[in-house]
Amino acid sequence: MTTAAPPAPAASNAPRRRSLGERIRAVALLPAIAIGLALVIGAIVIILSSPLIHGFDPALPLVAYRALAEGSFGSVQALINTLVNATPLVLAGLAVGIGFKAGLFNIGAQGQFLLGAVSATVTAIALNEASPWVAIPLSLLAGMAGGLAWGFIPGFLKAFTGAHEVVTTIMLNFVAIHLVSVIISGPLRGTNVTFARTDEFAAAALPVLIGRNGHLGLLFALVAVPLAWWIIYRSTVGFEIRTVGANPDAARYAGMHPRWITVLTMSACGLLAGLAGAGEILGEVRYMPASYGTTVGFDAIAVALLGRAHPVGILFAGLLFGAMQAGAGLMQVQAGVPAQMVGLLQAVILFFLAAELVVRQVLRVRTGDGEMVSELQTVSQSYGDQSSR
Amino acid sequence: MSESESGTVAVAQGEGRRAAVLEMRGITKRYPGVLANDGIDLDVRAGEIHALLGENGAGKSTLMNILYGLAVPDQGEILLDGKPVEISGPHEAISRGISMVHQHFMLVPVLSIAENILLGEEPMANPILMDRAASHRRIRELGQRFGWEVDPEQRVGSLSVGWQQRVEILKALYRNARVLVLDEPTAVLTPQETKEIFEVLRTLRAEGYAVIFISHKLYEVLEVADRITVIRRGKVVGSRIPSETDEEDLAEMMVGREVQLTADRGESHPGEPMLVVEGLRVRDDRGRETVHDVAFEVRAGEVFGIAGVAGNGQDELVEALVGLRHVAGGSVKLGGRDVTGHSPRDLHQAGVGFVPGDRHRFGLVLAFPITDNLVLNDYYLAPYATGMRRNEEAIRTYAEQAIAEYDVRTPSATIPASNLSGGNQQKVIVAREFEGDLKLLVLDQPTRGLDVGSIEFIHRQAVARRDTGVAILLVSAELDEVLELSDRIGVMYRGRLVAVLDGRSADREEVGLLMATGGRESGVQPQTMEDGA
Amino acid sequence: MDAIYGIPVIGLVIQFVAYLIEAFPVLAPTIVAAATPIALGALCGFMNERSGVVNIGIEGMMLTAAFVAWWTASIAAQLVPDFRLAVLGITLPLLIGLVAAVAAAMLVSAVHAWLSISVRADQIISGTIINIFAVAITGYLNLLISRQSPPSAGSFQALRLPSAIEDIPVVGWLIDAFITVGPIGLSMLISVILLQVLLFRSRWGLRTRAVGEHPKAAETVGIDVIRLRYRNVILGGVFAGLAGAYLTIEFGSAFQGEMTAGRGFIALAALIFGRWTPIGALGAALLFTTSIGLERSIRFAPPEGQLGELLTAVPLQFYSALPYLITIIVLAGVVGRSIAPAAVGKPYERESKAA
Repeated sequence: MTTAAPPAPAASNAPRRRSLGERIRAVALLPAIAIGLALVIGAIVIILSSPLIHGFDPALPLVAYRALAEGSFGSVQALINTLVNATPLVLAGLAVGIGFKAGLFNIGAQGQFLLGAVSATVTAIALNEASPWVAIPLSLLAGMAGGLAWGFIPGFLKAFTGAHEVVTTIMLNFVAIHLVSVIISGPLRGTNVTFARTDEFAAAALPVLIGRNGHLGLLFALVAVPLAWWIIYRSTVGFEIRTVGANPDAARYAGMHPRWITVLTMSACGLLAGLAGAGEILGEVRYMPASYGTTVGFDAIAVALLGRAHPVGILFAGLLFGAMQAGAGLMQVQAGVPAQMVGLLQAVILFFLAAELVVRQVLRVRTGDGEMVSELQTVSQSYGDQSSR
Repeated sequence: MSESESGTVAVAQGEGRRAAVLEMRGITKRYPGVLANDGIDLDVRAGEIHALLGENGAGKSTLMNILYGLAVPDQGEILLDGKPVEISGPHEAISRGISMVHQHFMLVPVLSIAENILLGEEPMANPILMDRAASHRRIRELGQRFGWEVDPEQRVGSLSVGWQQRVEILKALYRNARVLVLDEPTAVLTPQETKEIFEVLRTLRAEGYAVIFISHKLYEVLEVADRITVIRRGKVVGSRIPSETDEEDLAEMMVGREVQLTADRGESHPGEPMLVVEGLRVRDDRGRETVHDVAFEVRAGEVFGIAGVAGNGQDELVEALVGLRHVAGGSVKLGGRDVTGHSPRDLHQAGVGFVPGDRHRFGLVLAFPITDNLVLNDYYLAPYATGMRRNEEAIRTYAEQAIAEYDVRTPSATIPASNLSGGNQQKVIVAREFEGDLKLLVLDQPTRGLDVGSIEFIHRQAVARRDTGVAILLVSAELDEVLELSDRIGVMYRGRLVAVLDGRSADREEVGLLMATGGRESGVQPQTMEDGA
Repeated sequence: MDAIYGIPVIGLVIQFVAYLIEAFPVLAPTIVAAATPIALGALCGFMNERSGVVNIGIEGMMLTAAFVAWWTASIAAQLVPDFRLAVLGITLPLLIGLVAAVAAAMLVSAVHAWLSISVRADQIISGTIINIFAVAITGYLNLLISRQSPPSAGSFQALRLPSAIEDIPVVGWLIDAFITVGPIGLSMLISVILLQVLLFRSRWGLRTRAVGEHPKAAETVGIDVIRLRYRNVILGGVFAGLAGAYLTIEFGSAFQGEMTAGRGFIALAALIFGRWTPIGALGAALLFTTSIGLERSIRFAPPEGQLGELLTAVPLQFYSALPYLITIIVLAGVVGRSIAPAAVGKPYERESKAA
């Protein structure tokens, strides 16, 4: 993100034939239907599994969903929890969604997140005694650089050797897990800890601005979303990214450099996911364990798809999933419904989005917009062309 | 399905020498927005080569897809040996003795010749494993009927185009076809290979096969067919016997009005050399040199045509000239300036326009609106961008102007290019590439797959640019197009420019012979199995 | 010998090889056991990708099957008589668990087939959905069920061979390692060999290869591309089912959340590394698990001297990460080339629908 230009004041000069309401309906109707259907299926699963909880109880879904909502929106602290959970999802969601725009399927947000986290950790520990004004920016930069590196590798391999990013990023996710383990359980292992983790961060810990845990990192997503939107839709670089995603050959003839755009885009994706990891570790966890369990990488794919790879859509999708994660704990306590229900809802939402054509036919939905993410046509279809470059 | 009495079928139409093996009656097929076939009648007899002639998009392929079970007709019926049949899929077509050689070969590159031929009709040694020895024997025998020494183990991916064609024919015969459909079989062949195919067709005719030969090349049809049926816009416009017709007559039927087989290109006034190519060498994707030491010049205000059978290095030559392919050796000068190895962007800036042969690949981003496609080269320049910021307003103003000027038929400048017809898509490319301060226009098969109206439009535009002093390099596998427009004609053969002739006095036969043989006395080249000898 | 040992690097390499030769007979059973679910998972991927469907959901299919095998076997152990066969520790509850696991994985595969082939959804997304779904549903149910601590149905036992085989010089330990396995382990060996032969010699194999490379060509010779793809993808589920069941009713006898721990992804890597052939995939799986076996060997019985210092200086995690690194290197074409079936990932549309 080298641009210093401020976000442009909306699309005042874009052609506008439909009203805003119609446009929102066009893009949001199917995701809304998918969410609704997922809640119905989730309710059925809860009812069917209720004998294992307290005994058969057809009303249990209502209790569970109410607790879910309360845990995510019921109080100021609940709202903050939602934001805290949503922030890494939005950033990592952008890391997947921007990849889609360039015709790349970044399954590596997980590894990029971890590399961001561990790079930030290394810097934070090194600067533990320094001033926060030095430690925080440098740790964040290190996190972004770590993620960037983990995005650059598959980008470079795709561009210059043809190795498909889907496979390489999956592999790099696992390499990242082991790399984190090496670094944290080895040189960075803390002094007063019972399991393999670092000490608490001091200088580099992000300040809490609001509530119990509303840390500085929440602002990152709020900055990243408009910036990403402007770059993709209003800048020449974004035009190049979208052109490469839609037709790399035409992009080459138009004087663009598809290979470097691929490298650039994957690096930018890695940077965003790395920032997500750095923010999460420095702001929320405040120390780094040797095995950091997270599903943010796959959640990010769900977020990007639900948000139709559009930054604003990703923001809303990230907020929704963040809210569900924030409320999951209360749901488990109050209704006895395991928190994994959230993952189930995510999978079912994605299922209905993937089966969009069928949903449209069955429900006779007509909206102006075409496919979920049209760029995907070029993504996995390139899987079989791995060696043709 | 419209019912008609099947009792009268046995009476063949026309001269009634032999009964029709295959009859298609009143075939109608609608696709959204297009009436692809409109009540087509067609009959083919055993021992006959029946040509189906028509322009691109006239409905030939749709009709054959219906015959082969790949498309379902909305109306009409198909009769085999006088009995109505319903063909629900290729499997059914094959089992009824209909085989098709598709225009784009339906061969699996990684499989062997034998595996490609057997696929779908595998001889079994037991219920699970195939009987390879027996099948290989049978394939060798089949090949010997035409004097071909077939190696069944050879991978199809390494075969020359001519040999792939042979495999396709063997595939059809292996299935005991009685009706053989060949869809534009000569499109990718050299004149030699074309002659050989014609010999094969005549052999098949003598053996009693019914052959349907699809083409849009008039002289080929006249040479090989027993009967010619012409279709236009989904309708049969007439049938002819070769001895009773000629090219002008067929062309008029095919296009629907009197066609000047040679366009009025007016006088040209060539000036100084604009493009000077010397000792150019280019390699293909596999690293083999496919353009050897090519030298020519194109003068301002002239059309230099390059004729040649497809695959003789033209693609690589064109890609090198517009900066899409690395130049392995030699030099390219534009207006006296050395531009060897310059990028597409530099060349575009220097005044090179390019209409690519594959417009969906290099020419357009189909998912993008017309506006973005029109500024695909200049998107980063003022007034379309200020720094990194795109100026949507400027882009749209320009687009609306270009759409009007080049007569692109579209409801709006912001609909995706994929919603346009082929002709209008090509106009978008022409509008983009013909604009600005041009020095050189590279036209690579600029009219492939277009209707006659669009072809004429593009030819007129090209001549108009020539008259303003632009140098035009026209590369086309359609010899007719090259002959029609060029002031001078270079012939490419196996990566070399073997001759340069005067465009107005060039003789079609002479150019054809050069394309086929490279001008060597020995004429016929032995056909090698391996690709790229 | 001392002279050779004296040369740096070469001496170390020779020592390393000697160490491997010494350690292998001990490690071999571990390596084969670890490779079994990976090879089975790779066979699932093989069935999918050879017919033109990407499957990154192997992990989820395996996890689902692992859970279902354990759960149904556990329930069956409480309901059905404890009928027991004399060989391989086969009991009725375990057989029921095995069948249920295979059925569950086939069902998940059928969903993948439907999304990928009929709906023509993005195949990588379909795999992602399966992975997310499997983690969630198995975690959800496991949490509820484990509260009641259900009884374990035990696990299949390894085939016992006469000790004469083990005593065969040089290769005895190798045969022993491959044959002294349970029923699922045996089925893996048989499946690999069978599929390898069928792929290149049978009608099914020829048609599958054609459909994965050039479906349109297959369609024009009368092959029903859609049906063949459906059949292969669903049959592929059998192998994912076996792989999952192996984890909970043969190798182990309990289920834990996310217990597949990336094996489905290593299986994908093994498939690619093995160039989309069953034998190759098994070889790759063995190579990958050798790396993991080496980690243990070095941890518990490091070689002595300079080599030992060197090997223990390398972080042990490196050996675990090695399979992934090797796969990346192979994909990048640094060592050899691995070429995917050409049509993989491309949904097939019948010509009649296209104008």
